[in-house]
Amino acid sequence: MSGHSTYHPTSGFGKFMDDRLPIARLVHDSFVSFPVPRNLNNFYTFGGILMVMLVSQIITGVVIAMHFTPDASMAFDSVHLLRRDVEYGHTLQSWHAVGASMFFIAVYIHIFRSLYYGSYKAPREILWILGVVIYLLMMATAFMGYVLPWGQMSYWGAQVITNFFSAIPLVGDTVREFLLGGYAVGNATLNRFFSLHYLLPFMITGVVILHVWTLHVTGQTNPTGVEVKSKQDVIPFTPYATIKDAFAMVVFMIIMCYFVFYMPDYLGHADNYIPANSNVTPAHIVPEWYFLPFYAVLRAIDFNIGIPFTDIVLIDSKLGGVLAMFGAIAVLFFVPWLDTSDVRSANYRPMYKIFFWIFAINAVFLGYLGSRPAEGIWIPLMKASTLWYFFHFIVIMPLLGWFEKPLPRPASITDAVLAKNGGASIAQIEGTAAEPQAKG
Amino acid sequence: MTAKKERKMKMVFTKFAAKISAVVIASTLAIASSSVGARAAEDGGTPHYPLKKPLEQKWSFSGPFGHFDKAQLQRGLKVYTDNCSSCHSLNLLSYRNLSALGYNEQQIKNYAAEKEVTDGPNEDGEMFDRPAKSTDRFVGPFANDEEAKASNNGALPPDMSLLAKARAPERGFPTFIFDIFTMYTENGPDYIYTLLTGYQDAPDSVVVQDGLHYNPYFVSGNALAMSPPLIDDEFEYDDGTPGTIDQQAKDISAFLAWAADPKLDQRKERGFIVILFLLIFAGLLYFTKKKIWSDVAH
Repeated sequence: MSGHSTYHPTSGFGKFMDDRLPIARLVHDSFVSFPVPRNLNNFYTFGGILMVMLVSQIITGVVIAMHFTPDASMAFDSVHLLRRDVEYGHTLQSWHAVGASMFFIAVYIHIFRSLYYGSYKAPREILWILGVVIYLLMMATAFMGYVLPWGQMSYWGAQVITNFFSAIPLVGDTVREFLLGGYAVGNATLNRFFSLHYLLPFMITGVVILHVWTLHVTGQTNPTGVEVKSKQDVIPFTPYATIKDAFAMVVFMIIMCYFVFYMPDYLGHADNYIPANSNVTPAHIVPEWYFLPFYAVLRAIDFNIGIPFTDIVLIDSKLGGVLAMFGAIAVLFFVPWLDTSDVRSANYRPMYKIFFWIFAINAVFLGYLGSRPAEGIWIPLMKASTLWYFFHFIVIMPLLGWFEKPLPRPASITDAVLAKNGGASIAQIEGTAAEPQAKG
Repeated sequence: MTAKKERKMKMVFTKFAAKISAVVIASTLAIASSSVGARAAEDGGTPHYPLKKPLEQKWSFSGPFGHFDKAQLQRGLKVYTDNCSSCHSLNLLSYRNLSALGYNEQQIKNYAAEKEVTDGPNEDGEMFDRPAKSTDRFVGPFANDEEAKASNNGALPPDMSLLAKARAPERGFPTFIFDIFTMYTENGPDYIYTLLTGYQDAPDSVVVQDGLHYNPYFVSGNALAMSPPLIDDEFEYDDGTPGTIDQQAKDISAFLAWAADPKLDQRKERGFIVILFLLIFAGLLYFTKKKIWSDVAH
């Protein structure tokens, strides 16, 4: 995809295919000879981990779908009969449910790595935007997947989230009824959510291919944020990145298996073990943990926005909350242009580094607030935390570019590696030659 | 912009940012502490249930090598059969599942046959009653929810199949983080045990509605419709264990933990093997990685 190909088919069949369908060449260029910066740390392994998670979710999901009954009166039991009566059923179901959570843990680390190392800056804006699109699709998929077991939280979560759409002026109720397939969450909702839950992962796969394609055009960033300048800066993907990703993946898998086999319910909610009941509302309706920060943003807006000193309401609290919640995701699309600094890596941005960590802690705190009831002290805290979330993107990011004095950056990746290793010989650096990375 | 001017603006900005963060942090802390105090003082607002947290018990099935104690499960089944089953169903269980408790085919057959199920239609197109078979699901006490409500003053006794998973009072911060490392997953059985042994006289300040029974451990109120269900020494277990309320509560909680998660033993055994394999695999990958990267400064 980038640079000239180094693939040389040796066998007769290889040559035959290469002239007709050069798929082996594509794989070789993308995952064998593809040059990667030599100084990538372990935070750069999460892209590969996410790919494995996507495949794992699709495989387990397809098998679970063979046992699942998308009918409001049978869905709940069908999930539990899978866990009880099907060989490996409980492992399969836990793997899929815990897998969704682990998928989000990996994607959050991946996103924060991008934010820390400025991976979204030119020429990688489209790469970043495709990533945000994947994140949005993941949220839609996860939400609809959570509805399928048809427990109390499934049902009431669907009720709350589809209600957002009724906040849209004029067409809101129509949109909501279209999504639900009726006036309330019911059998029609379950059926369409099941269909879409099966469809969306393949759309994610499509966007992932674009995401990887753009990555292979621009090349990867690295902790120094300095672009690749010579072939000394890079090493071939295989074996270096392959073995590194494989090790990180297995470590990640160990953590996942701990939850799958020993604490399968830890990341879920107890109320989802109660069958859906439209007549009983749970005391606290909370979404899955990975939506909690946005749930806090939603509930932080509990006031109408109108023209001061009049009774005219421009945006009521419901629409305001929904706008703020979608705005919290929409703002991510503009990050490449909100960040005005020329320097990529936070390692050389002393002030951004501090604000990055404040933002990260605030985001986690926002998640905790999302799990609290909207009452008492929690409301002002939600407001303060939400304010800081937007303040970081809309005010701090643009201003830092002007006010911050970055630290001196190394001339090249090789320079940085040499400085870090002190006595590493140039011969050692030159010992590993790979194709230099070419743009475009 | 001159370098001097730039530096000055930067300083102004840094101070500004520092001030904002300080104000935000200080005010949130102030609001937090004052409101906690205020709430304790006025004792108003929405009360949070349960009023008291479940008491943590020792269970044979906790921890990485935990497994169910079959004798305890058999005692728990007795408590269910003699007591709970007059109001609560166990819809997700089949009689054949009782083989996990150590019963043989004949024993299960006899146990199932105590209940009748409607089957059919037969060759004449008529429905007929027959004794339950081991392949049937547990026969519940009521034909439907409406009948259950009608015979319980309007309260619906919940199905018990997943009760031990469906009742898990919030652990709170920071306990829920420690739980990951202590592998605490017995919130459900702890809750059931504590609820069954937690009935007491209501404090004078609390007015308990007619037909409800005060219990500070109840998950969604200060009183529940179920009267204290266990009676001290109501019966003696087949294995000679004295049937105290405490013992019965413990046994039924373990039994319900099994009913909610019958594959627990298998799950934990399988997990041990899987994680052991992955640890060895990770070790091999680690040394391979070290070897491969040894010729590259990075």
